[in-house]
Amino acid sequence: MRRSRGRWTDEQVEQIVGNLLRGGVILAAGVVAIGGVLYLIHYGTTSPNYHVFREERSSLRQLPGIVAEATSLRRRGLIQLGLVLLIATPIVRVAFSAFAFAKQHDYTYVIVTLIVLGVLLYSLIGS
Amino acid sequence: MNILEFTLIIWLCSLGAGFLGSLTGLGGGVVIVPLLTLFFAVDIKYAIGTALISVIATSSGAAAAYVKEGYTNIRIGMFLEIATTFGALLGAFLTTKLSTSAIAIIFSVVLLYSAYLSNKHREEHLVEAQPNPLATRLRLNGSYPTPEGPQSYFVRGVPLGFSLMFLAGTLSGLLGIGAGAVKVLAMDHAMGLPFKVSTTTSNFMIGVTAATGAGVYLSRGYIDPGLAMPVMLGVLFGSLLGARILVSANTLFLRRIFSGVIFVLALEMIYKGLTGKL
Repeated sequence: MRRSRGRWTDEQVEQIVGNLLRGGVILAAGVVAIGGVLYLIHYGTTSPNYHVFREERSSLRQLPGIVAEATSLRRRGLIQLGLVLLIATPIVRVAFSAFAFAKQHDYTYVIVTLIVLGVLLYSLIGS
Repeated sequence: MNILEFTLIIWLCSLGAGFLGSLTGLGGGVVIVPLLTLFFAVDIKYAIGTALISVIATSSGAAAAYVKEGYTNIRIGMFLEIATTFGALLGAFLTTKLSTSAIAIIFSVVLLYSAYLSNKHREEHLVEAQPNPLATRLRLNGSYPTPEGPQSYFVRGVPLGFSLMFLAGTLSGLLGIGAGAVKVLAMDHAMGLPFKVSTTTSNFMIGVTAATGAGVYLSRGYIDPGLAMPVMLGVLFGSLLGARILVSANTLFLRRIFSGVIFVLALEMIYKGLTGKL
């Protein structure tokens, strides 16, 4: 699919974007499912409380904390990592689009795509 | 009720929501917030964060298939995503400022409007127009596959479409929904896109819009792993299942039922929002 020479056609870009989206969702769902099973084995018999809003502890709100908890196989951290992978799927898709538009020498759309990418990254990291 | 039972019930409900949402084209996300707040007494901010997660999952899954079939106009999607992502940031910001009652009432109104739109006969607004200069400059015109070969189309009403998309993004970030109804309004009516193109391009954009909102909710601590896990897995598998049997199902009948459910949920949310019982 990838040609070393020449521009990418819109059809080629569509195929890659489709695969990216599908792969991201499958990966994210898999990580969430594994984390979920471990979570249920551990917490299954305790009682839930979601009525009163309390913020998640800070390690489950920021990327570094989530990754640290997930890599040490903390259950809720693992689920949260899967959710971050899911949020990252459209972001990776946008980043790839910027690259693909550059390959097509469509610089107006490189700028359009970078603006969208900037807003996405700001929402996840900056806000 | 312990966590295992709670998780299983939420998972089953989400499975049903995703299944009906995909069969009827209304999306499973719209009933997640009322379901969680009305029946499981979940705080509305948790519910919205969780719903956004499920919206990303279903829209990305479906978009993967549509993009490959060549209906999606990636340029229109990218261009309008500027509007929806800025809107989503504003919406997610507003959630922290508005009261639970106000959010519940806005949610209900949007829910009623979506149910109404989905039952209305959708008219094609194609005109044999001259190419619009702005749309041509932005390279928004395109073509899509039909049994008779590629059919090309021209785009119009770019500024109005862009403004409506900002509104759609704001509603998405504020309420945790895909706001597909507003997106379709913008693309069918304002911009004159063919159905297949507007539906699939709207779906393509929903993932990015919802990811913007979800990023804000995550970093504010509004996304709880224990709650988001069964909802995300349930809605995702439900909608995949729905897409599988879509061909053989009587969707008109299902759509009526699902719209009825949405109508009742919306009224209940308005009532509870007004009386402060949420």
